[in-house]
Amino acid sequence: MLAAIAWRNLWRNKLRSAVIITAIAIGIIGTVVTDGFMSGMTDQRVNAAIANEVSNIQIHNPAFLLNEEIKYTIPQAQKTGNTIRKNQDVKAVSLRLKCQAMASSAIAGAGVTVYGIRPDDEKQVSALHEHIIKGNYLSGKQRFSAIIGQKLAKKLDLGMDDKVIVTLADTTGTITSGAFQIVGIFKTSNDMFDESHVFILKSDMAKLMGFSSASSNEIAILLNNNHSTRSVVRELNKTFKKEIAAHQIVIQSWDQILPILKSLVEIMDYFSYLFLLIILVALAFAIINTMLMAVMERTREIGILMALGLSKRKIFSLIVLETVFLSITGALVGILISISIVYHYSIYGFDLSFVAAGGLNSIGYSSTIFFRVSNNFYLATAIMVILIAVLSSISPALKALKLQPAKAIREDI
Amino acid sequence: MSIIEVKNIYKVYNETKVPVNALNGVDLKIEEGEFTAIVGPSGSGKTTLLNILGGLDLPSKGDIFIEETNLKDLSSRQLTDFRLHNIGFVFQSYNLIPVLTAKENTEFILQLQKVPKKERIQKAMELLEAVGIADKADHRPGQLSGGQQQRVAVARALASQPRFIIADEPTANLDSRSTNDLLEIMAEMNRKYHSTFIFATHDQRVMDKAHRIVTIDDGKIIGDETFKGR
Ligand SMILES: Nc1ncnc2c1ncn2[C@@H]1O[C@H](COP(=O)(O)OP(=O)(O)OP(=O)(O)O)[C@@H](O)[C@H]1O
Ligand SMILES: [Mg+2]
Repeated sequence: MLAAIAWRNLWRNKLRSAVIITAIAIGIIGTVVTDGFMSGMTDQRVNAAIANEVSNIQIHNPAFLLNEEIKYTIPQAQKTGNTIRKNQDVKAVSLRLKCQAMASSAIAGAGVTVYGIRPDDEKQVSALHEHIIKGNYLSGKQRFSAIIGQKLAKKLDLGMDDKVIVTLADTTGTITSGAFQIVGIFKTSNDMFDESHVFILKSDMAKLMGFSSASSNEIAILLNNNHSTRSVVRELNKTFKKEIAAHQIVIQSWDQILPILKSLVEIMDYFSYLFLLIILVALAFAIINTMLMAVMERTREIGILMALGLSKRKIFSLIVLETVFLSITGALVGILISISIVYHYSIYGFDLSFVAAGGLNSIGYSSTIFFRVSNNFYLATAIMVILIAVLSSISPALKALKLQPAKAIREDI
Repeated sequence: MSIIEVKNIYKVYNETKVPVNALNGVDLKIEEGEFTAIVGPSGSGKTTLLNILGGLDLPSKGDIFIEETNLKDLSSRQLTDFRLHNIGFVFQSYNLIPVLTAKENTEFILQLQKVPKKERIQKAMELLEAVGIADKADHRPGQLSGGQQQRVAVARALASQPRFIIADEPTANLDSRSTNDLLEIMAEMNRKYHSTFIFATHDQRVMDKAHRIVTIDDGKIIGDETFKGR
């Protein structure tokens, strides 16, 4: 019954309630949609990084991670790769050679990472072949060919069919170099990546460095589903317990390889919650004001309720309930509208190209953002609204409790 | 034994710059089944006295007993509970909870007393019937006339069968016909349920119906007449 009175009281001053409900709804839509946008940005960055750059999981020789010298290869890389391929969650595996090198043209040079790959395997693991804007992806047939990023091509003033000179230190530390013909130019959503990567055939790279082409110092693993990254890492750690204990290999997930990306995800999350809190605290003041007005208007009525025998505890609950109902109504409206907005942009994407396509690409983002809001965020929003409502109701409820029935009833209406 | 016994009570309002002596030594006994009017000029202390009789306020000095209970001995929480279980109220106007229907208003106290739903509804409907307003049971106060609202208030006050009912100028905002109707109803309830009524009034028509008239002036009782056979 108390609940019925509280709920009906809400609709006595329809305009006032509508104003506050709208304010709460707008506040929540603002926070949720912002979170959807930010999560969409980070998702997209993470997905792009996994698809084009680091894959889900990588395996190296631990010594290679300390200083990327090409001589630190993975013992029995082929066999390891084959074992990994048997895992249900694994989509594809690529064995690579990787090293830091200098790429240069007649006019300029740049520090780059050179990958030696097997095109057929690499295509399964990395989406880079989908980002070729000129020419073609590497094929096994054409020896001493390379693909480079558009940014790098520009920097070195190189075009299709030009030769890029790759200079690196071989296993003995001697500087060697080779000329590679550019057969393709790629452009991903990350300019920094495009500016610093050169891909050549693994067999060419092995030859340049005096290796057998079976040697690898990186195994990249792509999974069927990004969410299983953690569990697959756990499984692989078990499978290769011996090798890991012998310091032959180390298994890393994408967030260990790119810790900055992981921090970015966490910081974005943190800001979403902070933003939510700030908005709700601001709304709390509006709620307090509304409820104080409601209590003051109903002085006489509250006096009568007290006279009839409604205990202080029930008077208190009545005001708290009314505040909570008011806030929950606003929250519900806000969340429902947010869900539909987020849903829309999660399907069709939010096109940012009209503001800053170039700028976004230069920091590793594509210009279409697909919104995502986690269930946790909706849950946190709902819980925090209730919490804020209860806190906001305390001062109006205490005001109601201070009323004395005899005096309150004398009050004019 | 009297239902109510007031012993030499004083009430001083201290909130104003000059303290107001609203009651100056009042002695009064109310017996069960009485239909008593408290009359007196404006400002004489009627409301103050009724508030004390109804446990809404405490005297500054003196004692008030409701049967064996000295209201001064009760904590604020106990006093609230005491009102809930023992005293019915009808105020001058706007008595009802605006968001509840006539029936819900009538049930309200029973609900606070945790009376089972079936019994509650039955009792509420019986009383709405008795005050002649059963057909408006689902109307909210805003959809009822002043007289109808007061009848619902009487039904609510009676529903929980309190020991007595306090009514502070219940007819003040009513026209003469509604006043007559309401008085008729209260008198009938007094006969039928033997309910004790104490009301304050200026209204001659109300006084004419009273079995006992207590006159108060300047916070003192200056007259107390009983009319047998009314
Ligand atoms: N809260 C209060 N603070 C100060 N003085 C008060 C207060 N309540 C009542 N009084 C004063 O106490 C005296 C008695 O008031 P009370 O309301 O009991 O009179 P009443 O007989 O009911 O008058 P009326 O017929 O106008 O209703 C009056 O002088 C009034 O001004
Ligand atoms: Mg009065």
